[in-house]
Amino acid sequence: MIETQGLTKQYGQSTVVDHLSLSVAEGELLVLLGASGSGKTTTLKMVNRLIEPTSGRVLIDGEDAGTLDPHELRRKIGYVFQRIGLFPHMTVGENVAVTLTLLGWDSTRAAARVAELLELVELDASFAHRQPSELSGGQQQRIGVARALAASPRLMLLDEPFGALDPLTRDRLQQSFLRIRRQLKLTAIFVTHDMVEALVIGDRIGVMHDGRLVQIGTPAELLQFPADDYVRQLMNTPKRQAALVDGFLEARAK
Amino acid sequence: MSEQLALLPAYLTAHLQLTLFALLAGSAFSIPAGIVIARARRLERPVLAVASVIQTIPSLALLAIMVPALAALGMRSIGFLPAFIGLTLYSVLPILRNTVTGLSGLDPAMIEAARGVGMTRNQQLWRVEIPLAMPVILAGLRTSTVWTVGIATLSTPVGATSLGNYIFAGLQTRNLNAVLVGCIASAVLALVLDGLVRALGGALLSRRRAPLIAVLASLAMLYAYSGVTFVRGLRGASADRVVVGAKTFTEQYILSDIMAGRIGAATGASVEVVSSLGSTVAFDALLSGEIDVYVEYSGTIWATIMKRASAGVDRAGVLEEVGRFLADEHGVELVGGLGFENAYALAMTRRQAESLRVGRISDLVPHAPRLSIGGDYEFFDRAEWASVRDSYGLAFAEKRTMDPSLMYQAVASNQIDVISAFSTDGRIVALDLVVIEDDRRAIPPYDAVILVGPRLRRERPDVVAALKTLTGTIGADQMRRMNLAVDQDGATPAAVAQEFLRSRPISER
Repeated sequence: MIETQGLTKQYGQSTVVDHLSLSVAEGELLVLLGASGSGKTTTLKMVNRLIEPTSGRVLIDGEDAGTLDPHELRRKIGYVFQRIGLFPHMTVGENVAVTLTLLGWDSTRAAARVAELLELVELDASFAHRQPSELSGGQQQRIGVARALAASPRLMLLDEPFGALDPLTRDRLQQSFLRIRRQLKLTAIFVTHDMVEALVIGDRIGVMHDGRLVQIGTPAELLQFPADDYVRQLMNTPKRQAALVDGFLEARAK
Repeated sequence: MSEQLALLPAYLTAHLQLTLFALLAGSAFSIPAGIVIARARRLERPVLAVASVIQTIPSLALLAIMVPALAALGMRSIGFLPAFIGLTLYSVLPILRNTVTGLSGLDPAMIEAARGVGMTRNQQLWRVEIPLAMPVILAGLRTSTVWTVGIATLSTPVGATSLGNYIFAGLQTRNLNAVLVGCIASAVLALVLDGLVRALGGALLSRRRAPLIAVLASLAMLYAYSGVTFVRGLRGASADRVVVGAKTFTEQYILSDIMAGRIGAATGASVEVVSSLGSTVAFDALLSGEIDVYVEYSGTIWATIMKRASAGVDRAGVLEEVGRFLADEHGVELVGGLGFENAYALAMTRRQAESLRVGRISDLVPHAPRLSIGGDYEFFDRAEWASVRDSYGLAFAEKRTMDPSLMYQAVASNQIDVISAFSTDGRIVALDLVVIEDDRRAIPPYDAVILVGPRLRRERPDVVAALKTLTGTIGADQMRRMNLAVDQDGATPAAVAQEFLRSRPISER
């Protein structure tokens, strides 16, 4: 469904994304995993042209995204922001319906859709009339997800959507997201630097390092056959951490 | 006090018109300009620099500059237009700066979110950037509002009616009631308009419909009122109306009221008085037809406009030559002298004049290096001063330009030794000053003469005839007494003028 071919972004002398080619199948969730500065967010933003590539191209259903109207393209792709990005001067309902308004939906139809979406993200319908500032971080990002889903996109882009949340909230939102994703059969690219999140959420994981795609494959493939030391170390992180926790618990037990 | 309050509706309406229209024009320029600058950041420095420079021009000067500027463009150079343009320029900076700051200070995450949900550049602007920057933009508008209301009081000297008429006339005629009414009214107006803009911000922020409608309705009503009264004022300015001008001092206020009263009574024409015009503004306004008649002094035309040497000329000769010059060069009719001279003269307290044995300016020369001299706003820039200085070789220790009414107080309390007085000023008698004789006739004669502009001269011979009935009717003594009645006894110029007209009905001639 999505394919990138030799996607490259340069700012002056520095290359942020370097000839990145990958493809995401219909209904698949690809996680882009990497440290900050590895180019994963830039890659994501080039898919819906928030950032224009220096060279290379993005194909969506075989169509070159560079030839499409960027605004229409973005309205068809759900985007969940790292910093949530709810508009503080709009109510929750208006935030969720913002893309629908851009698409020219009338207010009754939009209101019905907002109610549906709030239910989907497990929030009460009364939230529609509240201000974003009255919501907790977790609730805000549920709204962020609802907003991205408003126009029933087949493709979702998520930029470290749960990165700023506390672990328990993050866990609940991950579960909600997985359910929604299955229910709606979404195709998605999900950017994160959290190894555990990548393993829990991703059908496949693409590891990025210094602007290059180091390895791409299922979690099992990456764990079993890491392409290089970097990937091996990365994949071992959860195990190392678990060992640390175990050791700590054993020490306490003695 | 009630006399003053009777003027309030007219002054307040005019003030409101100036303020509201200037703010509307200022916002209409500044907000779009701010939006453009916030997008094209290269423009930010140069545009804000220009706006800041305009802001640093003293407000009175900015308004005054508009008069010759508009005259050079062949446009109406006194009255509403110069004041409106000056105020508009002044209102620009706070709104512009805040619009730029408000827009460029937005959280980049908001902009990215707006793009990410699929907004076009315009949708981003209208749906996200402007609403989010609105509190900052409105704060700029509030600053501009308060400034504009205050600075609009300085519109009076360029011939636009405003609450400043109270303040300028009140300071000149030492009518503190008038000054007070003007200050309080403009302060209240500033608070009310500021409150409305603040309420507008609150209503926009709360996003509730009722308060927003209430605020917008109030603003719409104020604008509708200003617009309707403004248009009615323009319509009223028919060809039929006679406009009498007055410069910024007591004598001129009294004389303009006398002329207005006489014209009205004799011809039934509708008459308007435009008061507190700057000295050269008045002559320019007469030439451009914005005023029809005013009282000028022969020596002023002689020295300032004809640029003739001041020294050694006689009164009748000057009057005749000035009359011929005005008719030939400008189509202006010198109707005649009122009967008194109001010359620039040097004056000092009797006590000091006696102790220094100064009776003539020649006597003053040896003492001058130890004395200070005060002059009104124009004196030291006028040819008369140059002539006095050069004919006698006067060199004072200190030279100060002051407000005329303060200048008299300063000389009476010995804070200044010599002042530039007017020979008909009632305060010369009241404060026991003596006029120092101009023994070398360095200062030309200053017969008070009625000047009639080309249009009135052509179209209304009846008005010119009515004005002729005033020639030779006011002696220097009487003028001094009338000035004193205003300056010292607190009578209004209008009342003094009425009293004069009652005592000399036309039929008596």
